[in-house]
Amino acid sequence: MANLKELSKNPEKVTGGHRLCAGCGAGIVIRQAMIAAGNTPVVTVSATGCMEVSTTIYPFSTWKNSFFHSAFENAAATASGIESAYKSLKKQGKIGEDFRFIVFGGDGGTYDIGLQSLSGAMERGHRILYICYNNEAYMNTGIQRSSATPKGADTTTAPAGKVKQGKEQNKKDLTQIMVAHNIPYVAQSYMGNWNDFITKVQKALAIDGPSFINILTPCRLGWNYKPEETMNIGRLAMETCLWPAYEIENGVYTITAFPKEKKPVAEFLKPQARFKHLFKPENAPMLEAIQKEVDLRWEVLQRRAELGKEKKIA
Amino acid sequence: MIKPVYSKGKLAAKTGNEVMAEAMRQIEPDVVAAYPITPATEIVQIFSQFVADGKVKTEFVAVESEHSAMSATLAASAAGARAMTGTSSQGLCLMWEMLNIAAGLRLPVVMAEVNRAISAPLNIHGDQSDAMGARDTGWIQIYSENSQEAYDNMIQAIRIAEKAKLPAMVTTDGFIISHCMEVVETYPDEDVKKFIGEYKPERYLLDTKKPYTMGSIELQDYYFEHRWQLAQAMRDAKKIAVDVAADFAKTFGRQYDLYEKYKLDDAEIAIVVIGSTAGTTKVVVDNLREKGIKAGLLKVRVFRPFPVEEIAKDLAKVKAIAVLDRADSCSGAFAPLYSDVASALFANGITSPKVVNYVYGLGGREIAPNHIAEVYDDLGKIAAGTQKASAEVNYINVRIK
Repeated sequence: MANLKELSKNPEKVTGGHRLCAGCGAGIVIRQAMIAAGNTPVVTVSATGCMEVSTTIYPFSTWKNSFFHSAFENAAATASGIESAYKSLKKQGKIGEDFRFIVFGGDGGTYDIGLQSLSGAMERGHRILYICYNNEAYMNTGIQRSSATPKGADTTTAPAGKVKQGKEQNKKDLTQIMVAHNIPYVAQSYMGNWNDFITKVQKALAIDGPSFINILTPCRLGWNYKPEETMNIGRLAMETCLWPAYEIENGVYTITAFPKEKKPVAEFLKPQARFKHLFKPENAPMLEAIQKEVDLRWEVLQRRAELGKEKKIA
Repeated sequence: MIKPVYSKGKLAAKTGNEVMAEAMRQIEPDVVAAYPITPATEIVQIFSQFVADGKVKTEFVAVESEHSAMSATLAASAAGARAMTGTSSQGLCLMWEMLNIAAGLRLPVVMAEVNRAISAPLNIHGDQSDAMGARDTGWIQIYSENSQEAYDNMIQAIRIAEKAKLPAMVTTDGFIISHCMEVVETYPDEDVKKFIGEYKPERYLLDTKKPYTMGSIELQDYYFEHRWQLAQAMRDAKKIAVDVAADFAKTFGRQYDLYEKYKLDDAEIAIVVIGSTAGTTKVVVDNLREKGIKAGLLKVRVFRPFPVEEIAKDLAKVKAIAVLDRADSCSGAFAPLYSDVASALFANGITSPKVVNYVYGLGGREIAPNHIAEVYDDLGKIAAGTQKASAEVNYINVRIK
């Protein structure tokens, strides 16, 4: 586990003064990830999105390390190019230092438009850490549904209305898609537990190969809650087992955080106005269905982790 | 018997793709990221073999699409590497977003581009619609008449791109050059390496002393200035291309300019064309000259930046000009090369030549000496005043209606 005293000695690569919303989860994700990287030089790559536009408004920059952005759907391919340049220049003795490469993309840039690029980069085995700050919709363009948006959520392109109750489809399980790439390290993390996330980032950066972390990142605007609630809502996602914290190292599953007591999923949904319509009496079956789905997936994950303990999947 | 122009040159029969790959081996970029596409596949294939055999130090990235090829290539360049790629047709179309970004970020990526028709209908043969579709993306575009030019252009493109801080594509006509075997003179590795020099970027991402943010968002207050700088860089690149060609001639003995004038100085009628068709046109010009007809040719080599004043000056005294485009524009107006030639003339106050537009050879449709002779025949009549200069796009060797 990461040690706060040690971490406090690490340089802050993300400076204040960026223009993200108050209570934005993404700003916390990038700051913690960069602290986790410590003194090692890092090139950060980003997909187009909230985080990118809010931290790099020319001529200012939030980033003390080198930062690169080119487009929306290609962050992983872009990082492949930088990592390959590094390998080449290092091999030729033109660069002395060790570098690490961290990519940030939202769920739109990762689950949807950037999926091919991500898949390609992971399959090719570049030593890059891809962190998806997953806020479950296209927040930068104004809260449109993505394949990460959960069923029932109200978004501007799958709104709750008189005959529809928000998004009608299940969200995609990208973490599992990444597991299926047989890369050395895949993890899910959540907000409100810096140690879980930072430990995972450090683990990922130490691995000589591609790694992927999917962190559920509350968006106060899109999820429509009070800005001071970000960490609480992040924790509720884990405590309800709706977004479990786990990792897969070389095929072995480990659950990294357990709730003291598994809470009903409604406790996560209730404070967020994007789920408001689900609490109408006539939508009670939807809530029940969501709870059932969460229970089933949690059960499956626990079994996988049991197998992991026995090292049967390696 | 063909003899080398350069004292240390070596002659061998090679296809266009082979010489482009050979140039890439000699340039030995730090990174190549590419994806296979007909008819450019061989370039990447041959180059991969060089990597597999340890003949180059290049990191080769076999990406999963052309969009990623250009993304990875330009990012490698941003990181401080000399980076190259190759593609054609649909691949170039898929790259289009990233072509603009490579230019906007002022990254001197060099690409081997094999000209091929674009879909639909699907067609793998040579025309210039692909590169013409990317003509205003901020890329320097250098077209080749044959394999020798493709090789020489690749070597020069590195220097031009890096000096201009602009990306550059060198093109060959698909199959006609890419797969056609010709005798080509190549130069020794060390001489090519010496000519291109080492790549030393001013700023790059992997510089620990000066880390920086690249790819920012720029709003109403800065965007326009940077886009102006990009446009100006393209205007300035014209002189760079001329200077590099001069140094190339001094080093290797082959003369290049922004365009080639073939029997143009006293020509009364002339064709303006790009690429392999220039070779066919030269044969026709020679035949006509033997008959005492003052025919000439202007072959555009550097299409971007477009040599506006130079072309206008050299065409000023021609009575009738036909601009042959191997790409249509679907604009309701004229094809790309014609539009640029016509505006170059008009902007420089030259209004006496009659200028007509012909579109030819789409999807690899044959263009033979007789087709070109017919165009000169039209030009002769237009110059003599017995035929009206058409104000519409004319089509060569196509069934209309």
